[in-house]
Amino acid sequence: MSPFPLPLTELFTPFGQILIYFIIGLGFGIALEISGFGSSPKLAAQFYFKEMTVLKVMFTAIVTAMVLIFLASAVGLLDYNLIWVNPTYLWPGIVGGLIMGVGFIIGGFCPGTSLVGLATFKLDGLFFTLGSLFGIFAFGETVGLFDEFYNSSYMGRFTLPEFFGLPTGVVVLLVVFMALFMFWGSEQLERIFGGKDPKKAPKLRYAGAGVLTMAAVAVMVIGQPTTADRWNVISAEKEQLLQDRAVQIHPGELLATMHEHKVNLVMLDVRSEADYNLFHIRDARRVDIETLPELAPELLLEPSNTVFVLMSNGETAATEAWKVLAAESVPNIYILEGGINAWLAVFAEEDQGIQSVSVSGDDRYQFIFNAALGSSYHAARPHPEDYQLEYIPKIQLQNRKGPSGGGCG
Amino acid sequence: MTTATQQLKNKKQPFSLSRLLKREEKPYVNPYLGGVLLGVVLFLAFFLTGNGLGASGGLNRLTVFVEDIFVPEHVDRTSYLLTMAGGDRNALDNWVVPVVFGTIAGGFISGLLNGRLKMTTGKGPRISVRMRWFLAFAGGAFMGYGARLARGCTSGQALSGGATLSVGSWVFMFAVFAGAYALAYFVRKAWN
Repeated sequence: MSPFPLPLTELFTPFGQILIYFIIGLGFGIALEISGFGSSPKLAAQFYFKEMTVLKVMFTAIVTAMVLIFLASAVGLLDYNLIWVNPTYLWPGIVGGLIMGVGFIIGGFCPGTSLVGLATFKLDGLFFTLGSLFGIFAFGETVGLFDEFYNSSYMGRFTLPEFFGLPTGVVVLLVVFMALFMFWGSEQLERIFGGKDPKKAPKLRYAGAGVLTMAAVAVMVIGQPTTADRWNVISAEKEQLLQDRAVQIHPGELLATMHEHKVNLVMLDVRSEADYNLFHIRDARRVDIETLPELAPELLLEPSNTVFVLMSNGETAATEAWKVLAAESVPNIYILEGGINAWLAVFAEEDQGIQSVSVSGDDRYQFIFNAALGSSYHAARPHPEDYQLEYIPKIQLQNRKGPSGGGCG
Repeated sequence: MTTATQQLKNKKQPFSLSRLLKREEKPYVNPYLGGVLLGVVLFLAFFLTGNGLGASGGLNRLTVFVEDIFVPEHVDRTSYLLTMAGGDRNALDNWVVPVVFGTIAGGFISGLLNGRLKMTTGKGPRISVRMRWFLAFAGGAFMGYGARLARGCTSGQALSGGATLSVGSWVFMFAVFAGAYALAYFVRKAWN
């Protein structure tokens, strides 16, 4: 397992966590203030091409952090799956962004910079912050009127490498090139509109651009860890869990979990579509093993009380799927013990259309069906009160390591 | 803490608060250097906690906290507010709240050490102070409303989502610049 991000809830007291976030905030405030972001005329000058400080600081910060994040991820220090990537709500983001742009040029700040303005006694920063609080209040009171739009065009955790279909390292390098081009353009605009001579700017910035480009090339060359790489790191510990049968849950425990309201149960059926159509447990979602690595980030967005249960006819395919999800840092994953065959052996007695047969071969149905009724069989959703099953409960909800919610939640 | 370090620096003369407040104003750092520092802070936030930075989320929670004091029934009946402060939930129980207080403290410390703590109103030369206050409040209201609709402000969406390569955050960022540039000509009197 990558050591970072830190499992804050395990390592620190609630007060310790607050302190860490406070210190991060301190650094944020200092970085904004020394860049001149406490001064609204300096911020607004961006939009008259006189002084491109906003663009320079923002994009330098973004590319610096981006290169460091993906470099740390490439060498296995940081788990990219566990860091918060803003989910995409396309149209609310665009409309909200346009409204914010209007607010930016009228008000001269954004919420973060107005806090720094206020902290350095800028009265316009104070009025801007008060205005922000009012706007936020107004949003909370009116969002009910357009709930549907607010939640529209949801695309989940959708990243630029996925969008372009390019490796992460290539996208990182392209973003660095784009930023460098924008810096060059900004300096030209400042020369034309602001009367500034780019030749007087420190030469050190060329060295900085060189270091940044080289770091991005390194990210591209090393590449991001694959599912197999990630599994190799954790295989010793996780193979032990499989061997001790600590994660294979009895059909009775799955049935009990279905009716446990404190748990958000997600059942993933990794069998073929044909087998799935013959019979599956109600609400189980069919997924292909090959697509699981791409599905993992979506599974990580499920609430923290989520338990994932994987199932195949026997256990072989489900165990393979378990390894993929374990490698991708999905927490609270379990396997249905004995698979669908074991489930049917316990619950299919009342179903006339299901007969037990003996079939040789691993991970194959030990039953035949009169019709492909999917989840319409009785055994697809048995009543827990009809069964008195004995088993050793194995599910233990574990705190997830990564963040629970986004930056502006 | 800060006064203590100041004392060390000014060893020869006895410490005086008025001298600290009347420090000579230092120029801002080069924007690329400021950007690198900001980027390192952003990276450390992700590296240590898995979360990026945020500002409007913290202001949001302060707003909801106050609402929950005066009209708790209303908060419990509004689904957007309910998730933050419904029932016995405390709206301030979120990581972004200490980040906001840290940001204010960091801005203050930096302003103090660099002689930039001055009670002024930043504005263009052609508008009155009162007009500037009004525009700041109005702009802030737009900003606050838009930031909640976009699920994040410049820090929570543009910086944090930009660095982690979120598609939505990049689209959002260009929308902010587009909105500001589109209107800049019409409000030029306020700034130039």
